[in-house]
Amino acid sequence: MAQHMRKGAKEQALTANRLIDGVVVYLKADGTLSESLQDAEVAEGKEAAEALLARATPFVENNEIIEPYLFEVEKADGAIRAVSVRETIRQAGPTVRLDLGKQAELSGVHG
Amino acid sequence: MYRYDEFDHSLVKERVEQFRGQVARRLAGDITEDEFKPIRLMNGLYLQLHAYMLRVAVPYGTLSSKQLRKLAEIARKYDRGYGHFTTRQNLQYNWPALKDVPAILDELASVEMHCIQTSGNCIRNVTSDQYAGAAKDEVEDPRIISEVIRQWSTFHPEFSFLPRKFKIAVSATEEDRAAIKVHDIGIQVVRNDKGEIGYQIYVGGGLGRTPMIGKKIGDFVPKADLLAYLEAVMRVYNMNGRRDNLYKSRIKILVHEIGAEEMQRQVEKEFAEIRKTGALNLPQDELDRIEAYFADPAFEALSDDANDLDAAIAADQGFAHWVTNNTAAHKKPGYAIVNISLKPIGGTPGDCSADQMDVVAGLAEKYSFDELRVTHEQNLTLAHVRKGNLKAVYDALKAADLATANVNLITDQIACPGLDYCNLANARSIPIAQEISNRFADMERQHDIGELKINTSGCINACGHHHVGHIGILGVDKKGVEYYQVTLGGSADENTAIGDILGPAFTEQDLPNAIEKIVKIYLDTRQDGERFIDTYRRVGIQPFKENVYEAH
Repeated sequence: MAQHMRKGAKEQALTANRLIDGVVVYLKADGTLSESLQDAEVAEGKEAAEALLARATPFVENNEIIEPYLFEVEKADGAIRAVSVRETIRQAGPTVRLDLGKQAELSGVHG
Repeated sequence: MYRYDEFDHSLVKERVEQFRGQVARRLAGDITEDEFKPIRLMNGLYLQLHAYMLRVAVPYGTLSSKQLRKLAEIARKYDRGYGHFTTRQNLQYNWPALKDVPAILDELASVEMHCIQTSGNCIRNVTSDQYAGAAKDEVEDPRIISEVIRQWSTFHPEFSFLPRKFKIAVSATEEDRAAIKVHDIGIQVVRNDKGEIGYQIYVGGGLGRTPMIGKKIGDFVPKADLLAYLEAVMRVYNMNGRRDNLYKSRIKILVHEIGAEEMQRQVEKEFAEIRKTGALNLPQDELDRIEAYFADPAFEALSDDANDLDAAIAADQGFAHWVTNNTAAHKKPGYAIVNISLKPIGGTPGDCSADQMDVVAGLAEKYSFDELRVTHEQNLTLAHVRKGNLKAVYDALKAADLATANVNLITDQIACPGLDYCNLANARSIPIAQEISNRFADMERQHDIGELKINTSGCINACGHHHVGHIGILGVDKKGVEYYQVTLGGSADENTAIGDILGPAFTEQDLPNAIEKIVKIYLDTRQDGERFIDTYRRVGIQPFKENVYEAH
C-alpha cells in the first residue's frame, strides 16, 4: 500500500472501505462519509493530513470503516483528482469494466 | 467425481455456522478488524481495491454442472453477474458484501463447495491436470491422490500456521499441464518396472519474488506412503522454514539455502520416523473408496471414424479452427477433450458471465457426463465429449461467445486481475492482455505464429505466472507510471524454465510494438516446425535483445 502514499504530497484525502459491504468511501469535511472522491475533504500540508487521518479513528472504532489511509490528490478546475493510477482506478472502478463501480454509479469520477 | 461423505458435510456446515457468528460479532463491533481479518481470510474473504473479494475453492479444478450453476446463481444474486477463474483453478467474486458472505457460503455448502484453503498460511487447494481421466498416457487419474491430499490437509492442525502458504500440484502424464515444478510440492504420478504406481516428489518450486524450479527429492514414493512422505516434507518446512522474513518464508528459499540433497536427507529422516508409527499408511479400502469416485464414466464403445465430423469441418472454417485448436485427443475412441477458451478477443482472461456459466453447465450435463474442469491457464475443459457431438457443442458455445478458437495460441493469455481489481498490484494486467489480443486477433496470423504463451502479472507476486510465460510481462510502478518488464523463454510444462529478462521495461504504449517485434524476430528466425519456445531455446535471448530495442 506504499505506492499511493507519496512523501511530500501537498494535498491529500482520506479513503477507506466500508465494513459492511467493502465499498470505497472518502471522509468529508462535515464529518460524514461519501462514496465519491468529489465530496472528499482535501487536507493541505502535513499537519492537516495528520489531523484528517486522526478523524478516521472514530469511524474505525465505530466499526463503520476499515483500513483508512491518506492518498495524494490535486485540485483542478474545481474538481478533485487522484494523482496515482491506483487511486484513480479506486475512485472510478475497473478500467476494463466501465459498467461497474463508481464510474457507472456516480458523477464526477475521472479517468 | 468425489461426493461429500457425512464428515465433509458436517465439517463444511460447522465452518459456515462458525463464520456466520464471527461476521455477526464483527458487524456488531464485538470483535475488531485485527481480530477478524485472519478469520475472514481463513474463509477466503479478502479486501481488494474496490470491495471484498471471495475466493471459492474448486478442488483440483473439477466442477459438476450443478456446482457451476450454483456459482452462476451466486454471481447473479450476490455479485455483479460474473466470476473470474484464476491460475489456481479457483473462482473469484469481485464484489461481495461482508453481510452476504455467510449466505453465500450456505449456498456453496448446498452443492458441496466452500472457500476453505484459499487463503492463509496453510496447505492450499490442490491443483491438477484438467485432462485428468481423459488423457491418453495417464498413469492414474491424478484426482485420486489430489482428493486424498485434500482430506489429509484440510484443517490439519499441525499445518494451519506454516511459515507461509503452501501449494501442491499433481500430474499423471509425461506432458505436464499442471505446472508441478513451480509449486511448493509437485507430484508426478509414475509407474515402476513392476507395474506399481508411485510418486516422484519435487519440492521448492515457486514463482513470486524469487522464482525457483522444484528439485526432485523423491524418485518413487510408494502409494501407501505418500501422506507419510508429504507430512515429512511439511514437518521439515514447518521446523526450518523462515518466519523472520516474509520474503524468505516459502519452502523454495529453504530448499535453495540448504540444497536439495540436505532437504532430501532431512525429509528421509523424518519420513523414517513417521513410518515407524504406521499412522499415515494409506488404508487400501479408503483408497478404493476414493478411487471409485474417479472411475471412468459410462463411455460408449465408439469408433474413431467420424465422417459427419469431417464433413462439418470441411463446411465451416470457424469450426475447423476450433477443432484444431480447442480439442485434444481422448483416451477412448470416438471421444475428444474440449477446451473452452475464456479468452475472447479483447476480453478479460478468465472472466465468465453467469449466463455463460449456465451454458457451460448445460453442455457439461448433456455432453460430458455432468462435469467440467477449470484450467490453471484460466480456461474451462469438457473432458469427455463424443466426437459426433462436437459440432453441437461448438454451436452452443459460439452462441454464448465462448467458441474463440485460440487455445495455446498467442491470444490465449494468462493475466492476473492486476491493478483493475487487486490491492497488491502495481500496474494493470488485463488491458495489456486485451491490447495484445486485439493486435493478434487475426486467426490466420495466430495459426501462423503457432503455440505461444504470454503471461502477465501486475506485480512481483506473479499470480499471472509471468516467469513461466514464453513471453512474460511484469507490471511495475515507476513514480506513479505503469511500466512493463518483459521476459522470454519461460515455460511451465515438463521442460519448466524461468524466463530471461529482455532489457529495460516498456511503457504501456510501447509494449504492444515490442511484442510485435519479438514475434517478428521469431517468425524470421524459426526453422521448420519450431514453436516460439523451441526457437528461443535454440537462438537464446541475444537476437531479441539486439532487435527489439533498436530505433525505428
